[in-house]
Amino acid sequence: MSELNIETVSRTTAMLFSGRLDAPGVARLWDTAVKTVKKTGRGKIRIDLESVDYMDMAGATFISHLSRLAGSTPAEQSNVVTGVKKEFAPLLDLSQKSKNEALSPPPKVSYIEKTGKDLTTSLEDAKMFITMVGEITAALFSCLKNPGRVRWADTWMVAERSGVNALPIVILISFIVGLVMAFQAAIPMRMFGAEIYVANLIGIAMVRELGPLMTAIVLAGRSASAFAAEIGTMKINEEIDALTVMGMEPIRFLIVPRVIAATLITPLLTVFSNLVGILGGMVVILSFGYPPISYYNQVVGFVSWEDLAGGLVKCFVFGLLIAATGCIRGYQTLRGPSAVGDATTRAVVSSIILIAVFDGIFSVIYFYLGI
Amino acid sequence: MSKTIINVRHLCAGYNHNAIMEDLNFDIQSGEVFVILGGSGCGKSTVLKHMIGLVPPVSGQVFIHGEDITNARGKARKRLLAGIGVAFQNGALFGSMTVLENIMLPLMEFTDLPREAIEAIARVKLDLVDMGHALYLLPDELSGGMKKRAAIARAMALDPAILFLDEPSAGLDPLTSAELDRLILELAGALNITFVIVTHELESILTISDRVIMLGKKEKGIIAQGDPRKLKADPSNPYVYKFFNRNP
Ligand SMILES: Nc1ncnc2c1ncn2[C@@H]1O[C@H](COP(=O)(O)OP(=O)(O)OP(=O)(O)O)[C@@H](O)[C@H]1O
Ligand SMILES: [Mg+2]
Repeated sequence: MSELNIETVSRTTAMLFSGRLDAPGVARLWDTAVKTVKKTGRGKIRIDLESVDYMDMAGATFISHLSRLAGSTPAEQSNVVTGVKKEFAPLLDLSQKSKNEALSPPPKVSYIEKTGKDLTTSLEDAKMFITMVGEITAALFSCLKNPGRVRWADTWMVAERSGVNALPIVILISFIVGLVMAFQAAIPMRMFGAEIYVANLIGIAMVRELGPLMTAIVLAGRSASAFAAEIGTMKINEEIDALTVMGMEPIRFLIVPRVIAATLITPLLTVFSNLVGILGGMVVILSFGYPPISYYNQVVGFVSWEDLAGGLVKCFVFGLLIAATGCIRGYQTLRGPSAVGDATTRAVVSSIILIAVFDGIFSVIYFYLGI
Repeated sequence: MSKTIINVRHLCAGYNHNAIMEDLNFDIQSGEVFVILGGSGCGKSTVLKHMIGLVPPVSGQVFIHGEDITNARGKARKRLLAGIGVAFQNGALFGSMTVLENIMLPLMEFTDLPREAIEAIARVKLDLVDMGHALYLLPDELSGGMKKRAAIARAMALDPAILFLDEPSAGLDPLTSAELDRLILELAGALNITFVIVTHELESILTISDRVIMLGKKEKGIIAQGDPRKLKADPSNPYVYKFFNRNP
């Protein structure tokens, strides 16, 4: 245990420390000691360490802090401390040598400055996004002209990881969406005896809208984030710089395989999603006592090939958007501990927004085309 | 002075039951600077990680202050860990905190010191490794050598009795590295801190270390041990002789 006795003899205050000056000991005495020194003022303090049994760096820092408060010049400061045992002298030297000057923390930026900075960053960000879209498009075309330059092994691996492995979740979600939608629609339609037309509703809704949309959203959550994290981590580890200096364009090397794979697998996944969603609706209709063949006839008679094609064309675009957004956000990763996390968040958010916007654009186009 | 503080007994070090080192036995005395040597990838960091209880051994024990750290759980483990400081090979600073906050963190967690005191102690530690000018930078804004020095300061934050340093001087310029050597000697002398250091810096080994062990990858064990100055002069083991004399 540490102790501090304070004695005032003829205008000099003696602070007699004893016991163990380690972290717990210092914690006990810090406030009292600092207050005493500040109250007494410079030139009238003596710090006595004669009865200190143990001292570590915490203790030494404590003593030098006090001596710095008690004396203005280094000479004065070292005169303040007396009775230092031989074994503690080097420690005190170490801590006294440290300048410990008040290096003030960096100033806080004002709100207006911060807003302005945020605005410029988002503008720059948008500019970079557009540039990257252009570069990716150019790289894609050059690869299509010269398919040998595409890294097909990587492309297959990405197709497996973000396509085949996504199949269970796509199936699950589509089945539930089909089932729930059919159930909700069947209740009011039954009042008019029209529940068999639920088949038409499910068929058209799945094939034109929900199949592509559900698949795209699952992919945005699963793959856009994964692409952003993979590429973002490579950026942080300077792997992208390494690729660049070895003369391999990162876009062709990393982004093109992902974009090709995602663009090709999205329509495939959508076909499954359509089918399973329609099956989900069928479960409801069967439970109303209709035979499967009438559900089938209703769907096939109503949903046209144009509906299916329209849905699948959308999917190519969604796949492209998801992969490109994920890769670009990853590529834009800055430095810092939360950079990869930010990049993945931005990848998911941006790709979902883009999916919604492009879905709207497609609706308008299809309306004018009469599809 | 010559009290043993760490005993390694029949330690088989490795990952997932694959031994990289087999049947290691050595003791470390209190206050000594003990260096672990060996070729790149031979398992030095692995042995170090076993000695701080981070990786469970394939078999064997490591005693710190007579207590087995490999089997310590809960409070006992926490108490053992509070008495050691570790600076990892790649720094392992917390990226979301400034350098100063990184050093202050263990002090805030484990002591009742007032904030002012903690900051003063953290600044002294950072000044010791000559990082007093970079208090408010994030680890991300540091060079490799600066990260290393900040990590050493963090390892020293709680004044541990034993400091484990994994390649402290790799990536430092010769002057800073010599500074660090001086600091290690000073701390070992002034505070009786025991150092367990993994390093390749021959110069620094010859300056600071009291005793070395050299690990062999093929032998899966200790191929030489003792005073480095004697090992350098002794040509009886050709590999060790070449290692110390930089003669391939
Ligand atoms: N987490 C791990 N799991 C399995 N094996 C590992 C792991 N970490 C390292 N190894 C293997 O253990 C061996 C020794 O690695 P270690 O990091 O201990 O080497 P080192 O002697 O510290 O080398 P260096 O001087 O390059 O730091 C290596 O062959 C490595 O492949
Ligand atoms: Mg290592």
